[in-house]
Amino acid sequence: MAANNMRHALFCAIVTLIISFPILGLSLEAKGVNITLSGAKTSTYVAIVLAAVAVFVFQIFRDTFMGALGKLPNLNPLAGREPMEQTKRVKLESWLLTGIVVFALFWPFLVSRGSVDLATLVLIYIMLALGLNVVVGLAGLLDLGYVAFYAVGAYTFALLSQYTGISFWMALPIGALLAGLTGMILGFPVLRLRGDYLAIVTLGFGEIIRILLNNWTTLTGGPNGIGGIPEPTLFGMEFGRRVKEEGNTSFHETFGIAYSGEHKVIFLYLIALVLAVITALIIRRFMRMPVGRAWEALREDEIAARSLGLSRTAVKLSAFTIGAFFAGFAGTVFASKQGFISPESFVFLESAIILAIVVLGGMGSQLGVILAAIAVTILPELAREFSEYRMLIFGAAMVLMMVWRPQGLLPVRRIQITLNKQG
Amino acid sequence: MLEVKNLSMRFGGLLAVDGVSLDVQEREIVSIIGPNGAGKTTVFNCLSGFYKPTGGKVIFEGREIQGTPDYKISRLGMVRTFQHVRLFTQMTVVENLLVAQHRHLNTNMLAGLLGTPSYKEREQKALDRAAYWLERVGLLDLANRDAGNLAYGQQRRLEIARCMVTEPKLLMLDEPAAGLNPAETKELNQLIVSLKEDYNVSVVLIEHDMSLVMDISDRINVINQGKPLASGTPEEIRHNDDVIKAYLGEA
Repeated sequence: MAANNMRHALFCAIVTLIISFPILGLSLEAKGVNITLSGAKTSTYVAIVLAAVAVFVFQIFRDTFMGALGKLPNLNPLAGREPMEQTKRVKLESWLLTGIVVFALFWPFLVSRGSVDLATLVLIYIMLALGLNVVVGLAGLLDLGYVAFYAVGAYTFALLSQYTGISFWMALPIGALLAGLTGMILGFPVLRLRGDYLAIVTLGFGEIIRILLNNWTTLTGGPNGIGGIPEPTLFGMEFGRRVKEEGNTSFHETFGIAYSGEHKVIFLYLIALVLAVITALIIRRFMRMPVGRAWEALREDEIAARSLGLSRTAVKLSAFTIGAFFAGFAGTVFASKQGFISPESFVFLESAIILAIVVLGGMGSQLGVILAAIAVTILPELAREFSEYRMLIFGAAMVLMMVWRPQGLLPVRRIQITLNKQG
Repeated sequence: MLEVKNLSMRFGGLLAVDGVSLDVQEREIVSIIGPNGAGKTTVFNCLSGFYKPTGGKVIFEGREIQGTPDYKISRLGMVRTFQHVRLFTQMTVVENLLVAQHRHLNTNMLAGLLGTPSYKEREQKALDRAAYWLERVGLLDLANRDAGNLAYGQQRRLEIARCMVTEPKLLMLDEPAAGLNPAETKELNQLIVSLKEDYNVSVVLIEHDMSLVMDISDRINVINQGKPLASGTPEEIRHNDDVIKAYLGEA
């Protein structure tokens, strides 16, 4: 046992050395036109060796450490308490949610422009994650190409505005419907697939859409993307300094206030907020409807679901379509927020991040997914001071999360139903 | 109401079911028995539409249904259970029963989103029917538990209740007594008989527990190695030489 432990610890220490030496100890420097390889400062080497020693010591005494960690939950005053009564919990939750939404409505007027911009992005991710939650969390269909529908929504708005000059409000339903349609089209060939196979096909589908956008230069502008996407208007009032479209008025002139770039940012934030709330409410409703129960039944046991008269085709297609629909929603908002889109915004990493949000939040749980969307979008921003290590920190946080709380931040709680006794 | 003629099912070179015929009348319990690997479950899979039989006819209420997709067969009123319980384990007991009533519900999404009266009414009816059947199989107090957390016997009963809320005409039970203790088997016995007597359901039963089969069956079909061996009342089967040979081996 001891010898085995020793060997394992030594192995881990060596792996640490092998990994960290080239990453931290060597650096490329540009000298004129040439690039030379040079070593780092002595202090870095010392740090690397210290890290290896730390890993070695940790591995040797791992059982002791982990044992101590296992006792930690006992210190948590909340551990082991009785779960709250359902009626009380629902009440508390709805109060909390209302509070959060009200706070979110007034919050942008108090903080900086940058924060509001980031918050808008968070809301877009919330919409995406809620949509993917239907496909992955509820229906159990692992979709790795979800970003394709996001792209369809964004490009629908961008292209329509470029060629027909459509406004944001018109593009919103069109983008979402087209994305939903794409979801349905993808749904057909993958009806028979499950698990890994489905994941690979959806992954391929996501890439097809991206590559199509990248290469269909005449229509989409290829890698150059599409710019000049209009911002949303408020009853025909524009938020720019000058009115771009005829017949529109500008927001600051109508209300007789000084022009400020912040109005636009806050307005976009509020639109995203309203849409995110709508998305959450609609999907929440779906979850309690026959279709929502059918999704979950399909996830739990497809054969049993079929034996009870559920059509696999209808259930799977509805999950894909509705998930894609909300991605289209988010895509339209994204295009409007950025004012410029290119295929680079719709790479596989986006799909992976949205999937990570769903898994971290707790599959199928709405509140969990919303919390995770906030955490996943804001964490890399907060960790900015760690510069190049921020993705490392992000990754480490995810690994720790999955080790200690594999069920996600807030796992699903089943709805309790009171039944009337019959006869 | 159900008539099976000359059913056969071939998997590559293996003829798993060969010329099996049986018929089920209204309000009748018909059992299929046979040694392990005889092809009983394959017959079930053919009847319920999981397999497309390679030969023969399945006629349910005057309609040929061989090759019809499984979910359509169950909508016709022929519902089955499984040899290994297949519940929606992470959903609650009531939710299991609500899923089963999918086709009785208003599945129009708009109606559901808006909460129209007809939607609410059907939803309430489904809840009441679920409550009725939970009471009937003694699971009402556990209605909001996760189905996966029930004891094995309870899971078996829930599976039968889940079939019954679909209001079937014919119930197919695949080894319902497997893994039950004698007391539970006795309860199951009474439940199945009452399904026939009180709810006018016909039952096709695959079972190894001979006491159960002999007690409740109106007629028994014996299958051996995919071929029909004998059929008749429990009394006839008990004294059939071929059956005794197949089960005990030749002396």
